[in-house]
Amino acid sequence: MGPEGTRSLDLSATAVDSVGRPGPHGSGRRRFSLAWLGVVPFFAYATAFLILPSVVVLVGAFKSPTGSFTWDNMSEVIHTPEYRHAFRTSIELSIVTAILGGALGLMIAYAAIRPGTPRSVRPVVTTFSGVAANFAGVPLAFAFIATLGFTGIVTKFLDEHLGINIYEHGFTLFSFTGVAIVYLYFQIPLMILVIAPAIDGLRSEWREASSNLGASSFQYWRHIGFPVLLPSVLGASILLFANSFSAYATASQLTGGSVELVPLIIGQNVGGDVLSNPQLSQALALGMIVVMAISMVLYALIQRRASRWIR
Amino acid sequence: MKPRISASAVIWLVVGTVYFVVPLIATLLFSLQSGKNSSYSLAAYGNVLRDHTFWSTLKLSLELALETIAISLLLLVPTVYWVHLKLPRIRPYVEFMTILPFVVPPIILVVGLLQFYNGTFRAPLWYLENPNYFLTSAYVILAFPYVYRSLDAGVRAIDIHTLTEASQSLGAGWRTTMSRVILPNIRVAALGGAFLTLAIVMGEFTIASLAAFFTFPTYIAQVNQEKIYEAAALSLVSFLITWAAMAGLLLVGRGSGRGRARLAGGR
Repeated sequence: MGPEGTRSLDLSATAVDSVGRPGPHGSGRRRFSLAWLGVVPFFAYATAFLILPSVVVLVGAFKSPTGSFTWDNMSEVIHTPEYRHAFRTSIELSIVTAILGGALGLMIAYAAIRPGTPRSVRPVVTTFSGVAANFAGVPLAFAFIATLGFTGIVTKFLDEHLGINIYEHGFTLFSFTGVAIVYLYFQIPLMILVIAPAIDGLRSEWREASSNLGASSFQYWRHIGFPVLLPSVLGASILLFANSFSAYATASQLTGGSVELVPLIIGQNVGGDVLSNPQLSQALALGMIVVMAISMVLYALIQRRASRWIR
Repeated sequence: MKPRISASAVIWLVVGTVYFVVPLIATLLFSLQSGKNSSYSLAAYGNVLRDHTFWSTLKLSLELALETIAISLLLLVPTVYWVHLKLPRIRPYVEFMTILPFVVPPIILVVGLLQFYNGTFRAPLWYLENPNYFLTSAYVILAFPYVYRSLDAGVRAIDIHTLTEASQSLGAGWRTTMSRVILPNIRVAALGGAFLTLAIVMGEFTIASLAAFFTFPTYIAQVNQEKIYEAAALSLVSFLITWAAMAGLLLVGRGSGRGRARLAGGR
């Protein structure tokens, strides 16, 4: 797929359709040869800086250092316990933060939008979500080190005022649990941003109609609210999964590699601006692309269903 | 007949506020401990503001952000408009391209870019060694999904066919139609995409650090290793920059676009 296929298709259409001036309606097909030129810059740019680098990674995953075809890189990734473990940890972390972030984000978004909540709450919540969803990486990691790190403000507060030393109880910020807590800081806002339009799709007319017909609040949710929201919630959770699976900066700053995640291993293989073990990096990257592609296909399928109610 | 705020809504909003505000307050308190014997002082902020690396990396990241915004809007505004107007059949392909950066996240994009432009194909050094070229070219890709979605929603909210026809039947050429009819109507959408892009670029660490460029986020990462109070101060500064930029752009969008924004919201 991609631009090449489209190009030849469109050109063949040109010969037939390029006669005549554009009329008031259905201008989509006329002057096709010229119209097509309008999207060349976009596809050229995407090819140079997105498609070609991606293709190089895909091909490189099956290339030996001498350039011949090989399965060795992939089989090394599959058969080395360290890498398998990394994929497992990455997937587990993403599932945990997608479910928790999804549930909390949904609750907060609904609380902010539902009838009864002052109108002024929603823009505050969505604006903050817009900031927080992008407040990832280095500063986020450090904000949590200052909060829940060994000498963090909240850690010290709990110890001095409530007598609970969380680090003596086995908690550490630089662990799977710690990374999950920090990831929620961008997962929850992302959920709020993604799910808000779906909650808007729950029209107040439906609620009024169902209560006019004698339905209880539970019946409304059971038969209308929940089924309408479900595809959007599932779709958004997949987006959260992918978001967490591909995250690098936050975990790299937080753990320095003590929690083995796939992006961190890929990152360790890039030294300076060269790849120290390109074959392995590319094989791991291909593994990530496969997981990401599956998530995105699922997302697209679910989204198609969900979008029925979002207009 | 105004319904009152429900108790569960209050609980969830409070839970959310606590989780999101406590780390910010903690970071603030942490950054103020920089005095002798952990007494409160603003010394960490003074040190940050006096560090000229702070200003130079901040300036570089701002430059990269503005370049990224300019290029992605120049590339995507005409594309989105044109696809809606003339080429609806290829919309799925454009959409696919703009979703692809989610499938190929920064950590993989940087591996691919380095492998392709510094391995398979030897790109000139002015591209590889200048962040304004190398990083901006990658950041435009990262901005694709956000800018495209924002513009796509903006174009959908208005009837571009009717507007274009009306404008043309009144004698306007393409340039006038674009600058005086279409652009003002999707201004809010373009600003929306721009403010997200600004936030992305100001916080982007993965590509910058792995391609060995010294931008604002990689500078913060370096300070994190050495000076903890300054690092806390910088984390907060970084948050405030993102916040201020977004608030500012939101205000610009609201000031002149209130009527349209409401129309778009009321679809």
